[in-house]
Amino acid sequence: MAENNSIGIVAPQTAHFSEPFTLKSGEVLPQFELVYETYGTLNAAKSNAVLVCHALSGNHHVAGKNAEGDKYAGWWDNLVGPGKPLDTNKFFVIGVNNLGGCHGSSGPSSINPDSKKPYGASFPIVTVEDWVNSQARLLDLLGIQQLAAIIGGSLGGMQALQWTIAYPERIKHALVIASAPNLTAQNMAFNEVARQAIITDPEFYDGDYYAHNTVPRRGLRIARMLGHITYLSDDAMGEKFGRKLKDTIKYSFDVEFEMESYLRYQGDKFAGEFDANTYLRMTRALDYYDPALEYGGDLSKALNKVQAKFLVVSFTSDWRFSPDRSREIVKALLDNERTVSYAEVTALHGHDAFLMPDAHYHSILCNYLQKIDTSTL
Amino acid sequence: MQNNVNITNTNQKYRQDFAIIAGWVGFGSKVLDLGCGDGELLVYLRDSLEVKGYGVEKDDANWLACLQNGTNVIQMDLEDGLSGFEDQSFDTVILSQTLQAMHKTEEIVQEMLRVGREIIVTFPNFGYWRNRLQIISGNMPVSKTLPYQWYDTPNVHLCTINDFDQFCKNHKISILERKVITDGDEMSFMPNLLGNLAMYRLKSN
Repeated sequence: MAENNSIGIVAPQTAHFSEPFTLKSGEVLPQFELVYETYGTLNAAKSNAVLVCHALSGNHHVAGKNAEGDKYAGWWDNLVGPGKPLDTNKFFVIGVNNLGGCHGSSGPSSINPDSKKPYGASFPIVTVEDWVNSQARLLDLLGIQQLAAIIGGSLGGMQALQWTIAYPERIKHALVIASAPNLTAQNMAFNEVARQAIITDPEFYDGDYYAHNTVPRRGLRIARMLGHITYLSDDAMGEKFGRKLKDTIKYSFDVEFEMESYLRYQGDKFAGEFDANTYLRMTRALDYYDPALEYGGDLSKALNKVQAKFLVVSFTSDWRFSPDRSREIVKALLDNERTVSYAEVTALHGHDAFLMPDAHYHSILCNYLQKIDTSTL
Repeated sequence: MQNNVNITNTNQKYRQDFAIIAGWVGFGSKVLDLGCGDGELLVYLRDSLEVKGYGVEKDDANWLACLQNGTNVIQMDLEDGLSGFEDQSFDTVILSQTLQAMHKTEEIVQEMLRVGREIIVTFPNFGYWRNRLQIISGNMPVSKTLPYQWYDTPNVHLCTINDFDQFCKNHKISILERKVITDGDEMSFMPNLLGNLAMYRLKSN
């Protein structure tokens, strides 16, 4: 699993869909585009495809680099590549930017072909179900009838779960990591604070800030800072920063502690590259997802038709998507006598742990993925 | 929770305790193995009886071995109970040579009876004569079955066959069957003295 086993240079591709697409809200997108990347080779039987679903701030660029000079590789580069747990010598891996995103797929910041202006506030609210349905269209386009596996962490795990519910016959294995069958009130509360930070920013202009040649930087920055606090555990922040000072105490509101420096850096970086309207929609998709709702809150009934084999993974210090929430998914699968294994990985890094190359965690994924038979559908 | 006892000769593929458990488990039934170790028993039951098996294992290395064995395995601590499992959702729940290492002994047995229609409990018999001999000579027993020193043993609730019989009586648990084995042979004569491993098939009264 050495870092030099890289995919190398990859080029994103764009798929255009001109058939009207009805969203869960009832709104219809007359057309849309999805940007995606692929790694490895699709075999003749088209039976080795794996879809990687991204979380809140992720995108289609899962692994490798888009150009030689790129500073960073894709967001899950430690997982995907030749000889890595999601081995591209075996699997054909697909990363896709979700609908409503800001990295090339149709979203609030992309140009509405009808008006020739950014969609802005007019871009509809999209849900996890909509993402899965749009991803299904992409697979249709690629001629992939069934996925050898679907994998995702956090919001990505919700998409993996939703795939097994909406398209049970199209998923052989689902890897649901650091996820939940819905958000708790506390979890949604963090999203609400993040959204309020953005919406009340004077530069927000009801979501049509593009027309004013500005962005709600302050709001997006605060939203991201808040997010980062919740992705780390108290212990991880303690180990990383503790009460370390940047310099000597100045009795001011400038950066005094290392932790503040980190949060400001992360906030600034994010506000410079992510779209606020997309952030609003991603958090709403998280809030709305609740597959058990139409079954009177009974997740076991919601998962009654799933056929996939499951690997569910949680991390002990993750309090935003706690192990308890993963156990709910496991219980619902057990109630339906489905094939499921569940690992509760001892980790310091809180929710962020799902993106880190912890040896035991990667060994779990590696062993599970190695056993998947990709020879036939 | 690791199985810390290996009662059979390691050169033998055949394990008498596995064979007895297999005799108590129905073909194609649904089985939960608590403290399943590397999943060896579940693999045996799957291959011989086509059971639908799930294991529960706390230890990372054992959990991974289960995954490699193709066993469904849930990582959790048995001391927390079996809250992730519905009442009467398994034909058989097994606790193989782990009871003696449990802190919440009564709780786990009650939980097993809640989740399983029948349960199988096996444990090393502390009343075995070799253990008694070591006690008489003034030392805590150390043997192939109880391979730990007093200061590093995970075994916190060792008991004899007589003790466990009384436990079942006190807790209104029916003993459907009991077998006692020593080095692979069944012991029907003076089992509490001559038996090394006690095996019980139980259900609620």
